[in-house]
Amino acid sequence: MMGLEPHIWSNVMTVLLVSGAIFVTRVVRGQRLWREAAQALWQRRRFALVVVAVYVLIGLADSVAWKGGVPEGAMGVLPNAPLSLLDRAFLDSREASYSAPFADVEFYGGAPLRNPGKHPFGTDILGRDVLYLALKGARVALLIGGLTSLIAIPLALLFGVGAGYFGGRFDDFVFFLISTLASMPSLLLLIALIMVMGRGTVSVCVALAVTGWVGFCRLSRAETLKLRELDYVQAARALGVSETRIIFRHILPNLAHLIVITFVLTFSGLVLSEAVLSWLGIGVDGSWGQMIDGARDELSREPIVWWNIGAAGTVLFVLILAVNAVGDAVRDVLDPRTLRGQQ
Amino acid sequence: MGAYVLRRLAYGAGVVLGVLFLLFLLFFTVTAPEDIARKALGDKAPPEAVEIWLTNHGYDRPLWPWQDWDENLLFDHYRRMLTFDFGLSDADDSPIIDRIKAGMGPSLSLTVPLLVLGMLAAIPLSLLVAFFRETYIDRMGVFLCVLAMSVSTLLYIIGAQFLIGKVLRWYPISGFDANLLLLPRFLALPLLVGVISGIGGDVRFYRTVFLEESGRDFVRTARAKGAGEVRIMTHHVLRNALIPILTRVVLAIPFLFMGSLLLEAFFGIPGLGSMMFDAIQANDFSTMRTMVYVGSLLFIFGQVATDISYGLVDPRVRVE
Repeated sequence: MMGLEPHIWSNVMTVLLVSGAIFVTRVVRGQRLWREAAQALWQRRRFALVVVAVYVLIGLADSVAWKGGVPEGAMGVLPNAPLSLLDRAFLDSREASYSAPFADVEFYGGAPLRNPGKHPFGTDILGRDVLYLALKGARVALLIGGLTSLIAIPLALLFGVGAGYFGGRFDDFVFFLISTLASMPSLLLLIALIMVMGRGTVSVCVALAVTGWVGFCRLSRAETLKLRELDYVQAARALGVSETRIIFRHILPNLAHLIVITFVLTFSGLVLSEAVLSWLGIGVDGSWGQMIDGARDELSREPIVWWNIGAAGTVLFVLILAVNAVGDAVRDVLDPRTLRGQQ
Repeated sequence: MGAYVLRRLAYGAGVVLGVLFLLFLLFFTVTAPEDIARKALGDKAPPEAVEIWLTNHGYDRPLWPWQDWDENLLFDHYRRMLTFDFGLSDADDSPIIDRIKAGMGPSLSLTVPLLVLGMLAAIPLSLLVAFFRETYIDRMGVFLCVLAMSVSTLLYIIGAQFLIGKVLRWYPISGFDANLLLLPRFLALPLLVGVISGIGGDVRFYRTVFLEESGRDFVRTARAKGAGEVRIMTHHVLRNALIPILTRVVLAIPFLFMGSLLLEAFFGIPGLGSMMFDAIQANDFSTMRTMVYVGSLLFIFGQVATDISYGLVDPRVRVE
């Protein structure tokens, strides 16, 4: 991508993301509204937030990669391939075939393992450590949720705020576009988009974004319609403040809570959709969906190979549960409508 | 009223034309017909074979009207879709319309009981949860809903097939038989999975609706008159909540015809969901295009019908 090798691209993105996170933390600390919301969130969902943070750390550990430093003769590693922190932690963990969790010998045949008792979730048919594969899926899942939101939310804001603020012909056009997209069954449109664009991480994210931006666009349009009639926006207009400045200074900050709520609440849906796409054979490589799909038939082996699907299903379930729990709390904390309901 | 109905119908028709245009962009310009032919025939097909394939499937024309006003794919696409002349499958040359007709029965035999059973399961449960609002039962119920929503549908399906189909051997793992005596045995497992995978979200939705209604003035009045809490729940809250519930059901009805992609493909039900699954596996673009169009058409039809019936019932809707 852009002439850079993939791992360098990934490193740059990681640095950007971490510095972005630090910047956001500073902003949150600086403003009373956001600081109090963050504190309330921490009080309500401490455990779920920690779980999400662990997944993010694992994802980051798999995003920083460099070449070299691999000992000679490590199994299953190309000599000059870039390896991430996570890859290095599981270096030389490969076996010849299946093994059960914590086993000393292979599952079929009973040949001794290279690393006896070192595979807490066993190994898969190719002898790869299942724990390693499950942890590697964290980056893919976060990438799907994050990249899709990064495409969908700005798109929705551009059209939604523009339509709500300027009205007229542009509003009619956006409203028509939204109704058109919303009337296509989303799973079918998703599949059609990926069939047409080809497979791969970016095209899956773009397809998810195209089907997913409509809801938030409608929401931000309705909210902007309300905001533009407020007194301080009228006052700003009367004072001759430019349209762009009104949008950035008075409209967008008032949509910020909706952006956060939408991001968290749609995240789990995106990761779950990817699992369905993986089963259809058009998902993202290395995702938990692909692990589940690949392990589907192994349940019909005799004796049953269950740890593969068990591990992938568990890590997927725990992340989605944690994100859902955080999402509900975020909505309760930030949405003025629910706040009013509680009083 | 007549003007309102006309306006709504015209807008619906406009959206149908918009959907068709988006489909044209996706399936004719982003993926050119030559790419589709290559995928159907394989990379090593000689150019003559591609030409013949394009001619047979009606793709041998320029795309846009300004290239050739009389013979172009855009107008052809609109004309064929609007007259329900869906043409041949790109994968195996069978008429698409025949497969749709054949698949609708099996799809409906799955989706209609699924909708009914789902509601029969979710509404009493959510009434119960809403009845005990702001107690531990309520919190427990909401937590269980989130738990149920966090499991991927794939896992529900695989788990049920493994546990009930393979280990316990209560019902067949997959299959279908149009015989009415055998059908329930084959549908039991997909129905169970469908109800369980949907119940979390449904209970949460209905609970919100019930809670909203139970904060209304007429509930307070009923309580002041001395009505019991159970009577308030069944007679005042449930009755009034039927309006949003009905809206949800009416909007779901068009999609019943489309079947369920996941359930049908996993449980071997030869409906429209399986047909779409096959189309994806075989890179069958024309079937996919047709199914997206049919799905959108059903949805738009349902929405226009709902809006018009609202306009008939509620004069406030018409004014806007």
